[in-house]
Amino acid sequence: MSSTVDREKFQALMMGALDGELSAEQQRQFEQLLAGDKKLQSEFEKYKKLKEATSTMQFKSPPPEVWDAYWRQVYNRVERGIGWLIFSIGAIILLTYGGFKLVESVINDPGLAIIVKIGILLSVGGLAILFVSVAREKLFTRKHDPYREVQR
Amino acid sequence: METTDSFIVKGRTVDSRRIRSDAEAIQLCQQGNRQAYGFLVERYKERAYYSALGILGSHDAALDISQDAFVRAFRAIKRFEPGKKFFTWYYQILRNLCLNFIRDKKRHARSFSEIDEHEIKKLSDDSQDASVLAEQNELKQALWAAMEQLKPNEREVIVLKDFQDLSYKEIAEILDIPIGTVMSRLFNARQALKAKIERTYL
Repeated sequence: MSSTVDREKFQALMMGALDGELSAEQQRQFEQLLAGDKKLQSEFEKYKKLKEATSTMQFKSPPPEVWDAYWRQVYNRVERGIGWLIFSIGAIILLTYGGFKLVESVINDPGLAIIVKIGILLSVGGLAILFVSVAREKLFTRKHDPYREVQR
Repeated sequence: METTDSFIVKGRTVDSRRIRSDAEAIQLCQQGNRQAYGFLVERYKERAYYSALGILGSHDAALDISQDAFVRAFRAIKRFEPGKKFFTWYYQILRNLCLNFIRDKKRHARSFSEIDEHEIKKLSDDSQDASVLAEQNELKQALWAAMEQLKPNEREVIVLKDFQDLSYKEIAEILDIPIGTVMSRLFNARQALKAKIERTYL
């Protein structure tokens, strides 16, 4: 076999021949390449033996209980996911309301020193910015990241 | 009362076991019927589990991730495009989860060579010719060990072709790659397997 192109063609045709995926024309081409080349014939024989061995390999079946419980487990997870979503929405509403009330009471409290008020307001404001930033990254940026499937 | 097998459509109780096609089940899921999804899960659960097992090599991880992929597929089912095959679409989700699992955890809870132990034992019990079977078992154990060392995308294509007996066209669809790439990936995987067992067994 002379060129890399021929070599690659032979490899592709050999895979097709092993898996019974060649058309009549491709089969003819493959047999033509094989004919008279002892090295290729020997290589093909080795791959045939390998294919025979891998074709008899099987994964061990899990116990039947696994299949019986499978759908119910998926269903429970779907339901739980909906529960978490509803809970999260409720928690966000409560936290927002609580934060608003906290800021309101801090501003209206005449007993608190102005520096403490500023400190509390900045902490609450910073926390809100961090929360929105993380939420935006999780919900939007990651979803639109064109490189998220790239293996790093 | 609603169960995981039944649901109500326009005042009528429908049994998910009476659904006849993927398209029908998907349409009902898109209308918000969670129970109709049972038809799809029941139909594809084994294929999903074994596909994940082929990539991950761990029973627990394969079970967990194949179920997680079904959950994510359900959440995204409104975006499912009619005319596509459900399993092809589902497999993309499953595959990403499996690859992320490998990347993030860098672990295999169980060795590939242990997965086939049941089959090996069964063969030994049924056998007439002990020496031939001992040789076959040795070869299979060597192959499992070699499989473990393959890259995930090479192992995946061997599992889809030789274990699940899918055609090149089906593999190309599932992996969203051209048939030529399926063939070259198969060649690379088989070449790697051959290199590991050639001296002793071929």
